[in-house]
Amino acid sequence: MKVEVKEGTEVRKMVRTLVEEKGSEKAELIPILHDINGELGYISDVAIQELSELMNIPTSHIYSVATFYRMLSTDPRGRHVIQFCESAPCHVAGGRVVWQKLQQELGLSNGETSEDEKWTLLTTSCLGVCGVGPVMVVDHDIYGNVTPEQVPDILSNYD
Amino acid sequence: MKATRSMVLVSSDPESMDRGALEVFNTLQQQITAFGLDEEISLSMISDVSKKTLNPLVLVYPDAVIYGAVTPEDVPHIVEEHLYKGRVVEEKQISPYDLTGRIAWLTSRQGTLPAENRIVLKNVGVIDPENIDEYIINEGYEALATVLQEMTPADVISQIKNSGLRGRGGAGFPTGLKWQFVAGTKNEKKYVICNADESEPGTFKDRLVLEGDPHAIIEAMMISAYAVGADEGFVYIRGEYGLAISRMAKAIEQARAYGILGENIFGTDFSFDMHIHVGAGAYICGEETALIESIEGNRGEPRSRPPYPTTAGLWQKPTVVNNVETLANIPAIIRNGAEWYKAIGTPSSPGTKVYTILGNVNVTGLIEVPMGITLREVISIYAKGMKNGATFKLAQTGGSSGSIIPASLQDTPMDFDSFSKAGVSLGSGALLIGDENVCVVDLAKVLLNFFREESCGKCNPCRIGNNRAFETLVNISEGIGTIKDLDDLQMLSHQLYELSNCGLGQTAGSPLYDILAHFRAEVEAHVKLKVCPTGVCPMSGHRDYKIH
Repeated sequence: MKVEVKEGTEVRKMVRTLVEEKGSEKAELIPILHDINGELGYISDVAIQELSELMNIPTSHIYSVATFYRMLSTDPRGRHVIQFCESAPCHVAGGRVVWQKLQQELGLSNGETSEDEKWTLLTTSCLGVCGVGPVMVVDHDIYGNVTPEQVPDILSNYD
Repeated sequence: MKATRSMVLVSSDPESMDRGALEVFNTLQQQITAFGLDEEISLSMISDVSKKTLNPLVLVYPDAVIYGAVTPEDVPHIVEEHLYKGRVVEEKQISPYDLTGRIAWLTSRQGTLPAENRIVLKNVGVIDPENIDEYIINEGYEALATVLQEMTPADVISQIKNSGLRGRGGAGFPTGLKWQFVAGTKNEKKYVICNADESEPGTFKDRLVLEGDPHAIIEAMMISAYAVGADEGFVYIRGEYGLAISRMAKAIEQARAYGILGENIFGTDFSFDMHIHVGAGAYICGEETALIESIEGNRGEPRSRPPYPTTAGLWQKPTVVNNVETLANIPAIIRNGAEWYKAIGTPSSPGTKVYTILGNVNVTGLIEVPMGITLREVISIYAKGMKNGATFKLAQTGGSSGSIIPASLQDTPMDFDSFSKAGVSLGSGALLIGDENVCVVDLAKVLLNFFREESCGKCNPCRIGNNRAFETLVNISEGIGTIKDLDDLQMLSHQLYELSNCGLGQTAGSPLYDILAHFRAEVEAHVKLKVCPTGVCPMSGHRDYKIH
C-alpha cells in the first residue's frame, strides 16, 4: 500500500518505465493502471497526464477507465484499505452485524478515509471466498468467518 | 432440517392424498419413532411425483429405492426391514423405469450418491498445480494430442456437440454450437477467450479450478482454438484472484517450456499462444462483450448485439468465449467420448455441475455432482442439514442473477430445462441456503444494492431502474413503504427484464419478481402492518439510510 506521497517527476518517471516495459498498445492501459495504483495507492492526475502523452490516449478516456473499475482509485486512500464484502452470501451468514461493528469501531462510513489517513473503509462485491463468510480484506490479508467480537483484534494487527 | 442418515419422502399429489398418503405418512412417523430412528431419519412430503397408478409412493434416499402403492399396513414392515435392518423390501419395490418423469432418472442415479462424480474437479486437490509433470501423468494433454494427431476440427466440434455440453457460465448455451459458429466465420485471425471473471456472488468454483488445475484450462483452450481455427487466446481472470493468476502464469510458462504452447505443436501445423488479462474489479466484465471491451483497454460496458462475438468479438475478430467450468469438461469429453458424457446427468443437461453451498447450513463448500440433483438432496446429504436444526426457508440459486426459490421447489431437479420450466435460473451454481431468520425484503435489498453498484451505467433502464428498486426496498424495510410500492416493484422487475441491454439488467429484476411471487405475504406485512416478521428490517418509520 501507499507509503509516501511521490513527487510529480518521480511519478512521471515511474509511468515512463511502465510504458516502456509493457508497450503503448491500448490493451496495456488497464495493466499499467493496475501497476500505478499498486505503486502509489491511487492513480494521480500527474500519472494520468503522463500516460496520456506516452500512450496517445485522451486523458478523458484514461479517467473514465480508472473510475470504472473497483480496484482502481483516483482518490488517495489511507495506509490500510479495508474491504468488506456486502454480497448476499456474507450478508446471510451474519455480515450485517459485522459491518455495523466495523463502522462503529472506525467511526467511518462506506468510502471514507480516516483523518489520520490510517484507514479507508470500503464495501465490495463478492470476493469469491464465500465458503467462509462474512469476509473482510485488509490490504491483501483475507479474514473469514468474522464475528463482531473479532473486529477490534483484527484492526489491532495494523499500525 | 437436520443431518440424517436417510431421507424418506412420501408423495403428496392429489391422487396420493386421495389414496391415503397422509395416513401412510403418519404411520411412518409412528413407526420411525417406535424404532427409535427419529434422529437418524428425516421424513417429508413431496409433491409432483409421476405415474399416478402406483401412488402413494414412498422414496428412500440415499438408497434411491421407491416403494409403490404403499398402504398404511405396509409401513411397519418397510420401516423394520429397510430403515431399521437395512434390507430392501423387494415385493413392494418398483422399478424407476415403471415411472415416467423425473423420479425415473433420479433413481437411475442409484449408487452415485453421496459420492461425488468429479470431472471438472478431477485433479483439484490431487495434483500439484505448479508441476506440469503431475498433470501429464494424470492423462494431461492426452486429449490435445488426440485432437491434433487424429481429429479434424470438424470432428472435434461434432464430438462436443454430441456430448450435449452446455455452457456453465449461467446461460447454458450449447458449447459445440458456439464453436461451430466461430469455425464457420471466415477470418484469418480468431481468438479464444476463457472467461474467468467469476464475480457472481457466492460462486468460487472457477477459482478452485484455476488454482488447482490450471493446465486443464490451457489444454481445453487449445482444443477449442484448434476446432475454431484460432491461434491466440486470453484468460480473463478477475483481479481479486491473486493465487489463480500466479498459478495460471506459471502453468503457461511451463507449457511454453515444454513446447506445448508455441509454434507447430506436437509436430503439426497448429500454433497457439495465450496471455492472461487481469481484471480490475467489475462484475459486469463477466458479460462476454464487456469482457472483450475490458481486454481492449476500455470501460467494461457491454456492446449491443448483434453482431455477436462469434462473428465480431475481440478487435472485431471472430471470438469464442467459454467459462472455466465449461472448458474443464472438454479434455474429459475428448478422452472418454460423447456417449460417456451423455450418460451422466440428465438427458437435456448432460454432465456434472459444480455447486457452491453457502448460507445457514452445517457444511458450506464445493461439490461436483451430476446435473439434476435436487436442492433437498444437497441440503440434507452434502450440507449435512440446516444449522442449529433451523427450518429451510429459501434458496438463492445461481448467484445474484439467479432466483430466490421457496422450500416448495426443493424437489425440482437442478438442470437447465427443469429449472427453466419452473421459472427459476440455475445460473452459476451458487446455492445460498437461507433459514427462517432470513427476511426476503432484506435479502432483495442486498441483491438490488449489488446490481445498482455493479450496473455499468450505459443503458438507462438498468442504471435508473436498479436505483429506484433499491430505494423502494429501503422504504419498505424502514416501514414507510406503501402498497403501491409493491406494484412499482413488480413493474420495475418487468421493465428491467424487457428493456435492459445485457444480462445484468435483465436479471436484476428477478429478486423482485421472486419475492412477490413466493413471499408476498411477508412483503405485505412490512407495508400493511409495518412489521418485519423476522425482525431483521429496521422499521424505524423514517429513512435514515443514506442513498448515494
